[in-house]
Amino acid sequence: MTVEDLAKNSSLTLLTEGLDLSTEITKPFCCDLLSIAMGKAPAGACWVTVTVNTNTLAVATLTDVACIIFAEGSAVDPALIEKANEEEIPLFKTELSEFDAALLAHTA
Amino acid sequence: MADVLEFTYEVSGEDFTRAGEASSDVKRKLKKLGVSPDVIRRVSIALYEGEINMVIHAHGGKITIQISEDAITMILDDRGPGIPDIEKAMTAGYSTAPDKVRNLGFGAGMGLPNMKKNTDSIDIETKLGVGTKVKMVIKL
Repeated sequence: MTVEDLAKNSSLTLLTEGLDLSTEITKPFCCDLLSIAMGKAPAGACWVTVTVNTNTLAVATLTDVACIIFAEGSAVDPALIEKANEEEIPLFKTELSEFDAALLAHTA
Repeated sequence: MADVLEFTYEVSGEDFTRAGEASSDVKRKLKKLGVSPDVIRRVSIALYEGEINMVIHAHGGKITIQISEDAITMILDDRGPGIPDIEKAMTAGYSTAPDKVRNLGFGAGMGLPNMKKNTDSIDIETKLGVGTKVKMVIKL
């Protein structure tokens, strides 16, 4: 499943614009503690979290995740979306819980 | 003697939202140099954890990166309070991070353990009230 395939899901809103969505998603990864995500987020993961700040983006960039889903209707600051466009990390938001959002990226 | 590429970064202790800029820049440079993705990931994780620690605990500091033919060396030098008990600090789950930092998703006590896990060697020199110097090496 690519990020583009994931983006077709009506429960998700793609926040970033004009980014390459052809990245293959390796697996979903749920985590709200950045310290743990830093060590454990698999490369190419679809990272589902409710931790919304610029450090989330930094961790996403450094761990090479494919995209981020902000779950539970988390509010996302426009400045953060702009930064994600610069860093080329596709961002989604959803009203779904982390578990339900992660299921969308689960293909096994 | 083989050539060594060296980069230095000043890490600001003021702005928590900018923490990670040095790590991101090193990552970009290593990509350009054609370093393997696995090594880039390990460098990124170890360096970001160190950089965050400098911002949280030490009001910033200086990072020096040396890239030689056979290793990447990261030296993080700060004038912070020092680490009273290194053994405790190296224990997974032990953290002295303040609440405002925990609210951002840090402070799980994984920083130093992550740094150790992702490097081939880590050496910490610390003196209370003077500062801490962390040297990490990843072999190429």
